[in-house]
Amino acid sequence: MEISVKPLKQVDIVKVSGRIDSATAPEFDNALKGLLDRGRRKIVIDCEGLEYVSSAGLRAMLAALKAAKSNGGNVVLAQANERVRDTLALVGFQTLFLQYTDIVDAVDSF
Amino acid sequence: MIPRRRMVAPARHDQLARLASFAAAAAAEVGFDDLQINRIELAVDEACSNIIDHAYDGQSGEIAIEISGERNHHVLIIIIDQGKPFDPDSVQEYVPTASLDDAKVGGLGLHLMRQTMDQVCFEFGVPGVGNRLTMQKFVRGR
Repeated sequence: MEISVKPLKQVDIVKVSGRIDSATAPEFDNALKGLLDRGRRKIVIDCEGLEYVSSAGLRAMLAALKAAKSNGGNVVLAQANERVRDTLALVGFQTLFLQYTDIVDAVDSF
Repeated sequence: MIPRRRMVAPARHDQLARLASFAAAAAAEVGFDDLQINRIELAVDEACSNIIDHAYDGQSGEIAIEISGERNHHVLIIIIDQGKPFDPDSVQEYVPTASLDDAKVGGLGLHLMRQTMDQVCFEFGVPGVGNRLTMQKFVRGR
């Protein structure tokens, strides 16, 4: 898994690629928590290079969504491939997360 | 039939990708499409994560995975560990919800296993074997 954070004026883009499983989810979770702890609450998770996400990654996404929303922000997903979208749907997350096919649209949603 | 195969890995999180890809290769040989292969990877990953986190609970141990199947028909995955048994019925059932306030993550792994495979069967303390999880998925199944 590779992860990088690109801060814009109000929004942060968390670009994650590779596999998020129990081995790598803590790093993903820390990146999201790091932003939220600094008061950043408008987050786009750019999933363009994300090949796979297990429940460990889904838990991190949900925790970030709850923290951001409780602070008036949001966490949205962009460019998720069909595999990742299927995994999200298996646990009903498609009703919790806004998803965008275009990263610009995701940023503009805030 | 596809050749029966077996792999033994240390019960560690850094082995999850290896275990999942071992199952993915067998699933591809059976003839599952990419989305279904992802679902099989999820089931194996979640099962092994549970074994690492709960059955071995931080202790060292091994996970054995055996895979067989029939081309264009099904894959059969057996995962064996020597850790502590657990009662799957005691795990809080995960219920997908549209409400963020109600969204909880307990039981997410077990939910994914049951959503992605056609059959999931837990056996604990099988003499001479240990804990045995049997999962089957049909090419034309869920």
